[in-house]
Amino acid sequence: MSANTAVTPSTLSQRDLPWQIDWDIRTCTLCGRCTAVCPVNAIEFGTFRKRTIFTPPLGLLDKRTDKPSGQQDRPSSTSSVYYGIRQRTDPAYACIGCAMCNMVCPNNAIKPHKSESTDLLRFHRDRGGQPRTRGGRRNSGDSVLDQIKFMRISMLTDPALDAGRHEFELRTLIGRILPPAEALKTQRENGWMPPVREIYPLMIGSMSFGALSPNMWEGLQMGVAYLNEELGMPVRMCTGEGGCPPRLLRSRFLKYVILQIASGYFGWDEIVHAIPHMKEDPCAVEIKYGQGAKPGDGGLLQWHKVNQLIAAIRGVPPGVSLPSPPTHQTKYSIEEAVAKMIQSMSMAWGFRVPVYPKISASSTSLAVLNNLTRNPYAAGLAIDGEDGGTGAAYNVSMNHMGHPIASNLRDCYLNLVKLGKQNELPIIAGGGTGKNGNLAANAAALIMLGASAVQIGKYIMQAAAGCLGSEGDRCNICNIGRCPKGITSQDPRLYRRLDPEQVAERVVDVYVGFDTELKKIVAPLGRSTSLPIGMSDALGIADRFAAERLQIKYVV
Amino acid sequence: MCRLFSLTSSVPISPMRAIEALDVMKEGHDGSGIGLFLTDLAGPFQDCKHLPILSGIFTHAGLRRMEEFMSSQGFTPGYRLTLEAKESPPPGTPKRDIYLSQVFEPPSAWTDLAPAVRERELTKTRLALRHMGQAEEDMVVFSFWPDVLMIKEVGDPMEIGQYLGLDREEVYAGRILAQGRQNTNYGINLYACHPFFIQGVSTMTNGENTAFVPIKEYLGSQGVPGYEGYQSDSEVFTHILHFTLKGLGLSLEAYKHVITPLQDDDLEAHPDRDFLHTMKQACRRLIIDGPNCVIGCLPDKTMFMVQDRKKLRPGIVGGRPGLFAFSSEACGLDAAIPDRDKSKDFQPMHLDTAIVSPDCQEVRICRQTQPLPHQH
Ligand code: SF4
Ligand code: SF4
Repeated sequence: MSANTAVTPSTLSQRDLPWQIDWDIRTCTLCGRCTAVCPVNAIEFGTFRKRTIFTPPLGLLDKRTDKPSGQQDRPSSTSSVYYGIRQRTDPAYACIGCAMCNMVCPNNAIKPHKSESTDLLRFHRDRGGQPRTRGGRRNSGDSVLDQIKFMRISMLTDPALDAGRHEFELRTLIGRILPPAEALKTQRENGWMPPVREIYPLMIGSMSFGALSPNMWEGLQMGVAYLNEELGMPVRMCTGEGGCPPRLLRSRFLKYVILQIASGYFGWDEIVHAIPHMKEDPCAVEIKYGQGAKPGDGGLLQWHKVNQLIAAIRGVPPGVSLPSPPTHQTKYSIEEAVAKMIQSMSMAWGFRVPVYPKISASSTSLAVLNNLTRNPYAAGLAIDGEDGGTGAAYNVSMNHMGHPIASNLRDCYLNLVKLGKQNELPIIAGGGTGKNGNLAANAAALIMLGASAVQIGKYIMQAAAGCLGSEGDRCNICNIGRCPKGITSQDPRLYRRLDPEQVAERVVDVYVGFDTELKKIVAPLGRSTSLPIGMSDALGIADRFAAERLQIKYVV
Repeated sequence: MCRLFSLTSSVPISPMRAIEALDVMKEGHDGSGIGLFLTDLAGPFQDCKHLPILSGIFTHAGLRRMEEFMSSQGFTPGYRLTLEAKESPPPGTPKRDIYLSQVFEPPSAWTDLAPAVRERELTKTRLALRHMGQAEEDMVVFSFWPDVLMIKEVGDPMEIGQYLGLDREEVYAGRILAQGRQNTNYGINLYACHPFFIQGVSTMTNGENTAFVPIKEYLGSQGVPGYEGYQSDSEVFTHILHFTLKGLGLSLEAYKHVITPLQDDDLEAHPDRDFLHTMKQACRRLIIDGPNCVIGCLPDKTMFMVQDRKKLRPGIVGGRPGLFAFSSEACGLDAAIPDRDKSKDFQPMHLDTAIVSPDCQEVRICRQTQPLPHQH
């Protein structure tokens, strides 16, 4: 054994990695597809040496010489060389468990599996003094929303509704809704009525053009357009920071789009220039102050993803990282932001477009909300819980910061109830909805806790495009532009893998499926003519503290 | 399911007539209570029509506390009717000390009060008594309003009617709402007996209101005195009607648009679409859900029936000029007004409001797709 192998502090064994590769020599044909597809170069062709020892069977006679064998054939050893797949253990190239290798292997000869013990890689992911940044999820499968049950079910005294046959009005309103007396007075006197949009309560949350690949973006937009125009479901999608392709801005599809402006103002030049040419108003404008996956942190589009197109739309040079500051640099407080930003955005479209801010769920949510209730131009509040996803954030922010959505939303809603303004200022909740696959149940729970609408990001990436990321730290390389599915990559070689038409089809499937499930939840609760916002008497949970905190029933 | 029966008559009639109709409908009914709303009163109450009448149930101690409180507020007691039942109560009905209906002369300082202020003061007085009673459990106050009597009790409606002697002439009335209660989701509670009452507006319902919690939370947060209590999930219907009439200044025809707004296509085709669209959005928190038939009476003695959007509850209106009835079932109607033209009976569907005006001459059907009367 050679004594001079370089064993440094960061030398890891395969065992120390979170994801380990099983490679089967018997079925591998050495086609090389796995190594070619691996997004992080975690595997490579390897040359292996194998020593074979020859031991003549003892006691047997050599037929030719009639002597005991071994007298002439002495034990010996030979070496042979063979080729195979080797997993690299350098922390920079650690396998991310995406299983692309398995997906492309013709013989199923290779697959990743998760280490059952705590990996040691996590201690070495800050090489060069750079803490880990990653795209993806919070890496926690827990979900209070999943524990909530719907229990106010009409059994005999009152007939339950038929989800398949009754008519349902499950729309929601985005925009400031005036109190009834004021609304009627304003209408009578032809006064200014704040713009209100009637939309489907499940929105596609903000994922920017830049974070998503052009194919992904196009697929989502096509799906949304189909849902609206063919199926009559008024689904809306938010752009995220980074602007909007000029063609879309000038198209009639803009009405299905919520334009986001964030602290970096990326892409706003393009939008502002397009205003005179817009055929339709956007559905709304979202001002992003924070997102759940990186509360108090700005956005970050790493240089890998800033190609020519993205650079052009955002008005920046290509190939540079684009960090957005944590807050809008021209604003220093929420009061200021509310007064100025909401007003100037409203003004840009002649006060015909609802403008609302999006913040991270946090202990300051209530303060923000209270400010907004007094601002006549504020059209709602989007709150993103700690389970929100991201294209890039520091590991530590994603895993350890922020406020869970359920209680934050509930506090906000009950605060509005106290003010007598519930639903006057719609709350849009997001962050971890459907993270374990229970989209309709989670969304319904949020609505009954007080959300007027629910937004999803990760879920739609997973369901409509097959994103590989999971709550078990799988994949999560959205930030480095090598998304193996082509969802979050700006490299045409990768995003060509994603067919926009198929994404659109899946978006439609997801929504139609969701709609059926939502009806299956609300019909037995006897609700069909209005979205059951705040119908908290239907909810129960088997956790006494959660029940108390959310002010819902405690049931075991 | 609760049984509902109401009568609107140009001559005063006995509330027993409504209770008998309830009894006919009783099949399968567990009789967990009866509620009566009487207005357009005859007899001794007719002479003091403009003075508020306090209706409730009191213990002896409660009565004393009430009297002290009322006199401390400057009210002068007037005519008093007590339903003193001599024999022991029917099974399931508790023995009470006093069922009281008493006229009060408001303090002289009220003379110059504007009607709206006066109405609010009356409501506040009732609420003060209700709260006192809840704290000590010695009085239950149902209403305090001119020309309105309310009687509620737990037990079988017919037995209670006989026990309390409700065919006495003092309680004859031109408008009667009666409900035979069947308790479903909640424990038995006197306040939970329909009809509910606020400032001349009274309604009763059979069914379940699945939008109860959001509506309750909304109404309760509007700062209107009287929007509280909510012992029953249907109590909010009365308050929505009150909100529509008094808070928004709209007419009864608009009530249906508040609780069950038109769906998009119908709304688009409606002559008042802009107004209704605004109303649908602004009043969205008041949309009811779940199966409900609502029968009610307005301050001007108009009586009506509406159905929810799905029309899953029975409800029928019929009668002859001078006497009409609104009933949850046809057999109740047959029992109370057998000599009517049955071909004119009407069962309101999901777009209809059936209305009998105070003149009591005909059933007017208002469809939601029709133009609204001019709103003031
Ligand atoms: S699982 Fe993904 S990262 Fe790991 S070796 Fe296979 S392709 Fe590479
Ligand atoms: S598949 Fe793409 S989008 Fe999904 S986690 Fe991996 S890199 Fe991110």
